[in-house]
Order: sequence, then C-alpha cells, then structure tokens
Amino acid sequence: MIAALFTTAFLAQIVRIAVPYVFAALGGSLTERSGVIDLALEAKLLFGAFAAAAFSHASGSAAVGLIGGMAAGALTAAAQLGCALWLEADQVIVGVALNLLALGGTRFLLQVIYHEGANSPPAPAFGDAIASNPLVLGAVVAAILVPLAVKHTRWGLRLRAAGDRPDALVAVGVSPRRTRMYAALVGGALAGAGGAQLSLAVGGFSADMSSGRGYIALAMIILSGWRPAIAALACVGVAIAEALNILIQITHATIAGHRIPSELAPLLPYALTIIVLAIYNGRSRQPPASLGKL
Amino acid sequence: MIASSRDPNREALAVAIALLASLAIGSALMLVAGKAPGHVWWLMVQRTLFTDAYSLGQVFYKATALVLTGLSVSIALDAGLFNIGGEGMVIAGVVACAVTGAALPQGTPSIIAIPLCIVVSAVAGAAIGALIGVMRVWRGAHEVITSIMLNAIVAGVALWIGNELLFQNGTTTGPPIAPGAELPQLGFGGSSANLSVVLALAAVVALWWLRSRTTWGQALLAVGRDPAAARATGISVGRVQIYAMIAAGALAGLAATNFVMGHKHAFEEGLGRGVGFLGISAALLGRMNPFGIVAASLLLGFLSSGGLAVAQEVPKELTEMLQGVVVLAVASAGPIARRYGKASS
Repeated sequence: MIAALFTTAFLAQIVRIAVPYVFAALGGSLTERSGVIDLALEAKLLFGAFAAAAFSHASGSAAVGLIGGMAAGALTAAAQLGCALWLEADQVIVGVALNLLALGGTRFLLQVIYHEGANSPPAPAFGDAIASNPLVLGAVVAAILVPLAVKHTRWGLRLRAAGDRPDALVAVGVSPRRTRMYAALVGGALAGAGGAQLSLAVGGFSADMSSGRGYIALAMIILSGWRPAIAALACVGVAIAEALNILIQITHATIAGHRIPSELAPLLPYALTIIVLAIYNGRSRQPPASLGKL
Repeated sequence: MIASSRDPNREALAVAIALLASLAIGSALMLVAGKAPGHVWWLMVQRTLFTDAYSLGQVFYKATALVLTGLSVSIALDAGLFNIGGEGMVIAGVVACAVTGAALPQGTPSIIAIPLCIVVSAVAGAAIGALIGVMRVWRGAHEVITSIMLNAIVAGVALWIGNELLFQNGTTTGPPIAPGAELPQLGFGGSSANLSVVLALAAVVALWWLRSRTTWGQALLAVGRDPAAARATGISVGRVQIYAMIAAGALAGLAATNFVMGHKHAFEEGLGRGVGFLGISAALLGRMNPFGIVAASLLLGFLSSGGLAVAQEVPKELTEMLQGVVVLAVASAGPIARRYGKASS
C-alpha cells in the first residue's frame, strides 16, 4: 500500500477530488471577502454540476458544458445577491434556502427534462486523464490568480473594502453593493466550474452529487481565516484524506491486523478541523468586518 | 442575526407576501411541468386534507419531527447562535434511541422503556449541542463550522456503528427495539403518525412558557438581542449560550422518538436525514414563535405529503423545490414588510 501512495494514479485521484473543493473555496472566498456570507456554495456546485451535464449532453461538447456550469453558478449567485442585497433578506437564510432549492430543483429538472429520477443521460466528459481536463489546469491557475487579484488589483482592493469598510468605499464614490455583485458573480462562476468537474469527470449528473462539498469548502474558508490560497490548500488536504480512504478500501490495508473502517477514515479532516479550532482560539482570525451586514 | 420585528401585523404581512409569492412560483413550476396549477393545487388540498386519511396522517408524522428541529433552531437563535447542526443531533438521537431500545430485554414494561428511550434520545442530541456551544463560548469556534463538521462526523460514525454492530445480514436495518419502547400509532389509514406528536406539542408549550414567562427566557432573549447589553446587566452570556445549545440539541434529539419509537422501531441507514436542515425552514417560516413553528411545520408537512399525493400529476420533486422557495420568500418578505410598515406609519 505504501508503494501505491507514490503512483501517478494516486496523485491523479487526489487532483480529481480536489478540483471541486478548490474551485468552491476560491469562489466562496471572493464572495465572503466582499462581505456576503456564502452558505449557498452547495447550491452553486449542484446547479453547476447539473447545467454542465445538461449543456454537455445537448451540445455534445464538454467545453460547452463547462460554460453552462459556470453560468449556472453565476446565476445562482445573482439570485443569492438579489435576495440578500436588494431585498435585504438574511444572508444565512438565503444560503440555506438556495441549497434546499438546488437539491429539489435539480431533481425537478431531471424529471421535467429527461423523465429520470436520479441520473441525467450520459454526457461527453473531459475524461480521466489529468492532462486532457482543462478544469485541473483551471483550478491551479485560479488558485494562483484569485489570491493575487484579491491582494494586488484595484478590483481586489475594492472587494476587500466592501467586506471590511463599505463606508470608505462609499466615500470614494464606489457602490459597495455593485462591488459585492461583481465579486459574487465571479465567485459563483468559479463554484459553478467546481460543480462542472463533478458531473463532467464522470460524464453525467446524479441527484445530490455535491453531497455536502459546498459546506466543507465554506468551513475551510473560515478555517483559513478568509485567505483564498490557504483555503485552497486546506481543500487539497481534504482531498488527500478522501483519496487515501479510497486507496485503503481498494488495497484492504490494515493497521495491526484491524480493518480500517471506510466510514471513519474520510472523517479525519473534519475531526482535525474541530481539534484545530479547539487548540487555536478561533477569535484570533477575524472575518471581514462587515460580513453579513448591509 | 434575524431582524425579526415583534409587530404582529407586520409579521402576518410578511408571511402573507411570502405565501403568495410561493404560490405564484409553485404555479409557474406546474405550468413548466405541463399541468394546470389550479387543478393540481385543488387535488393536493382535497387528497391531503379530505379524502386520503393516510396523506393527512403523513402530514402529522412529518410535522412532528419538524416542530422539534424547528424549536431547536429557534432556541439557539434566541441566544444569537445559528444552529445548523440539527442533522447531526437528530442522527445522534436516532442511533442512541435505537441502540438503547434494542438492548432492553423483550419484556421491559412501557412505563420504563418509553421514558428511558425518550431521555436517551434527548441526551444524545444535547451532547452534540453542548459540544457546539462549548466550542463557541470557550474556544471562539464559529458554531456554523463546528456544526457542519459534526454533521459529517455523526453521519459517518452512525454508519460505522450500523455496519459494525447493528445491520442484520446484508440489510441496512438494525435489530428491532423492545416492544415496550414502541409508541402507539395514531391510525389515519395506516400512516406513520404516532404518539410522539404529544411530545412535540409539550415542547412547544414548554418553550413558549420559558420564553415569555421566566427570567431564564428573558435572559436568553436579551443575549440574542444584544450580548453586550445583556452582559452589562449581569447576565453570563457564555453560560446562557451553552445552555441554549444544550436545549437545542435535546429538542432535535427528541425527533428520534418520532422516527424510531413511533415508526421504524429500529435503526435504519438514512433515518431522520434532512429533517435537521428542514427544521431551519420551519423555524424561519414560523418567525421564531413556538406556535408559528407548529403552523409552519404543518405547512411544510403538507407540501411534502401533498406532493406525494399528486405525484402522478406533477413530479414530487416540485414540492421539494417549493420548500426552498417558501423559505427564500419568507426571508425576503420580512424586510419588504418592514419597509412597507415604515412607509405607512
């Protein structure tokens, strides 16, 4: 089993699992840093995954599917901000509601469009090879560009100001609301790309295929202290734990003669998160000062 | 966190706007599915409330659990904490209740078995709530992250316990609980509705009394409104928040009685899943008022059961989706109603 850790197949597995998490964490970081609580990440992944499969199936091209997935993520973000900023609804509730809506909505669309209960018809996929999957390269590029953009561009400066000191932004004649909208649309498109990886990697959509990844990505954002690069790294950590678990199950690895339970091994990053939170005082890393406020 | 105005007229206006908006969106979805909305709505009401006793019973069964998880969300929110950990609390209660029930000797009398299983369910949920509360108050860990992590951990551990100890020969069902621990069914054409509805209603009255008639309830609400002000009046904010999370956990854990003692009589993989998240909807729709939560749970139960009752007309996923729409509409209608109220006064 140790030898299997250093194979390219294992590395490829990690990458495949990490891509949706990384995209979601980067997208969510943008939204949150601009001052909007992003519990709707799960909805963006799920709608992104569905739209990617649907567009890929209809057009016969996985690339079109990817664009569809990103558009669906951005559209979900637009709905989220429409309710949260224009109608001034509570941001946490909007997120929870959109997640519920995505869970039922994607299943409803499966029924209405394909008359299927759980799975979409097969769609052209990017395939298993890492080199042929533009989403892998995309995730790496995004993981480098997003933190740089947040830190060093005018767009990033405004985005951070919208999250920390919206009044300062108003003073220089920039609308915090519009700034947040731009941040969340880009963030939503990124999360949608993460969703696209879910369905385009396997060539089809299945109900609830995001299975809580959006929530985990959000937890990694908060854990990282709202720093996108570190959030992306934390997501790779989650992916390593998941890949390791798959490997353990395949190789039937044992510790001192005992089976390693497949139910418990993937919980390691979550337990670790709680332990880290318990050791380091969570107050030391503050969220954007105006997070969740109008 | 939730700027809930205490003006009953405005509350009613908000709910009315939200329900009208949901009705409109639901009708649009029915048109998408190629059906006449009026016909489908009428069929849903007719079957669920008048002609099909089973569907009506299922409304009560679903509402019972939602009332408990809804109260769980509302008591935490009263203390200013967003409890998204209902999923984990319910599953913890389900496992504890089913394991205890199955461990009891066959002949255990109900007078011992039922209270014991109820208490165990509440304690299991409360333990999860306590952990979230303590992490928040002592370590400053955001309750939303702790809850998300614990939801995943509890689900995994429950599956592990099931696979290792409980599931019988290749099924995903555990051993049955002792007959003495079973709660009587309420009938309704063989539906799953059972006596745990009494427990849920008792919790509603208890929470109403606690919030409106006791100093502890006043302290709870004071902490939620303004922690700094509450601290200045000598209230121990941290202690109130931890107690609130323990109570929230116990309430959500109690939902296990509905699933295990009232219906399945055993642990089953996936039993009680989703009801924790939907409890957030019930709490918000009920405007954090215990009696409002009952009404909201009945409405959500109606959508869920009614959706199944008209499944040959429109996909049942439509009403699942509608539950999300209702919450979104309520969240958005509150501020609209507030603005309207300001303009008119």
